[in-house]
Amino acid sequence: MVVEQVSVFVENKPGRLSKVTKILGEAGINIRALSIAELGEFGVIRLIVDKPHEAKAVLTNSGFTVGVNRVLAIEMGDEPGSLARIASALGDAGVNIDYAYAFVARAKERAVLIARVDDIKRAEEVLSREGIRLLSAEELQSL
Amino acid sequence: MYWDRKAETIQQEELEELQLRRLRAIVDYCYRNSRFYRSKLKEAGVHPGELRRLEDLARLPFTTKEDLRENYPFGMLAVPREEVVRIHASSGTTGKPTIVAYTKKDISTWAELMARVLTCAGVTKRDTIQLIYNYAFFTGGLGFHYGAERVGAAVIPSGVGNSERQLLTMRDLEVTAFSSTPSYALYLAEFARERGIDVGEFSLRTGIFGAEPWMRQRIEEAYGIKAYDNYGLSELCGPGVAVECDARQGLHVWSDHFLLEVIDPESGEVLGPGEKGELVFTTLTKEAMPLLRYRTRDISMLIDEPCECGRTHPRIARLMGRSDDMLIIRGVNVFPSQVEHVLLQFPEVAEHYQIVVDRRRSMDVLRVKVEVTERIFRGEPEELLRLKRELEEKLRSVLGIRAEVTFVEPGTIPRSRGKAQRVVDLRKG
Ligand SMILES: [Zn+2]
Repeated sequence: MVVEQVSVFVENKPGRLSKVTKILGEAGINIRALSIAELGEFGVIRLIVDKPHEAKAVLTNSGFTVGVNRVLAIEMGDEPGSLARIASALGDAGVNIDYAYAFVARAKERAVLIARVDDIKRAEEVLSREGIRLLSAEELQSL
Repeated sequence: MYWDRKAETIQQEELEELQLRRLRAIVDYCYRNSRFYRSKLKEAGVHPGELRRLEDLARLPFTTKEDLRENYPFGMLAVPREEVVRIHASSGTTGKPTIVAYTKKDISTWAELMARVLTCAGVTKRDTIQLIYNYAFFTGGLGFHYGAERVGAAVIPSGVGNSERQLLTMRDLEVTAFSSTPSYALYLAEFARERGIDVGEFSLRTGIFGAEPWMRQRIEEAYGIKAYDNYGLSELCGPGVAVECDARQGLHVWSDHFLLEVIDPESGEVLGPGEKGELVFTTLTKEAMPLLRYRTRDISMLIDEPCECGRTHPRIARLMGRSDDMLIIRGVNVFPSQVEHVLLQFPEVAEHYQIVVDRRRSMDVLRVKVEVTERIFRGEPEELLRLKRELEEKLRSVLGIRAEVTFVEPGTIPRSRGKAQRVVDLRKG
């Protein structure tokens, strides 16, 4: 079970993030989570939104270069150490986490970890064996 | 396969003898028949009789494009007007146009050299060759035309434009060879692909291209041909000065007719083999408009090693750029076309790029800005970082200095027709 993440290439100059969020806002697209990877003179804005393909379309129309790729949305329990549990389960199985970022859904008070891994299939197996739940795109939207 | 085995495989010593004999004759001819050269040689204090060795050539003054412009239209003629049988003209992109005139013998020599060129590229009398050139005023069309007829090939003077008809001709007449500008060749392949036509299925087997930097692999793959680079310029005759042989390790200069020097464009000093500099030619056999030490502003270098094809004429490397475009960065000569050559090897990189030279803490910095499109970015920055590494490595090995590749958003590099805008020099003083 994977969700789609929208990645936007931006130059590292003021106002790019607000421009991206403004375009999405005007198109009625909800941002669930956001993280920024800074790599010197450029950066990549990563977004979890309710309508990823619409988001890509409106951003592309505005002149941005946008990629959509697959990530895992992993439910985090509220007990301490749940992040460590996810990390070690994946690590033990030889799955690399390229990057991850977390967010808390206000309405349901649930924390979600968005993770990009190098082996999605293996990660799914390992997490389900560990009883860790993955959220579908629909579930993510309803948060 | 040679067109003129004797001339093309002439022994070094014999070639030099011939060159010296012809050089002395042409300088003497210029002195006697060209007002322009008589005064130029007198000014330089050189008398034709003083040329004893080929090295003495360096004592002669240079001739420049500016000289041709200033003497427009007939000031450079060394024959009476009635001896002229053809006149080509180049449009003056900056200021006055220039013309090139030919006597009957000049046309015949040109055809002969073009026959050598075409044979080098594997064209024989059994071939059908399509010449996709603008025949109006320019030298390309008729240059190839006369050469191909001399070889005995069937020539189709198809001119430029009307891509549909070009393709139809290519297919229906079972064309085996063609020549055009490289950019048109690529455009035509694309045009065909969009219409579901595979030019790779045609009978084509060889092609000759030149005039601008081009990527051999792209053309060869699209057409399923072997592609050869050729070099020439209208002031010397047109195409027909140099061409690649089957080895395709540089272009043989027909130096029994064009005496080559490579000079430092700044100091004018003559450079040795392997040293990058401006090509300078002396026409050894031209009658109507001979040129002594003509500065081409084209940058390349001399390859002075025997070639496996058996031709003894010296080779030049494929063109590296124009001296007008040369940048001196940290003391190293860099040509924008070298950067372009590197970028052409990365088909995923968009054609929009910009070279920025800046000074940071009194140090020259060369940056190459590349627009990020979906062809290079699918969502993960690693793709960009990898590309950056590869590009920088390749640029460093080609340019000899470090270049920094920076990625910018699409549409942010100014679009312009002139390639000059590809380069921005922000250094002061
Ligand atoms: Zn050769």
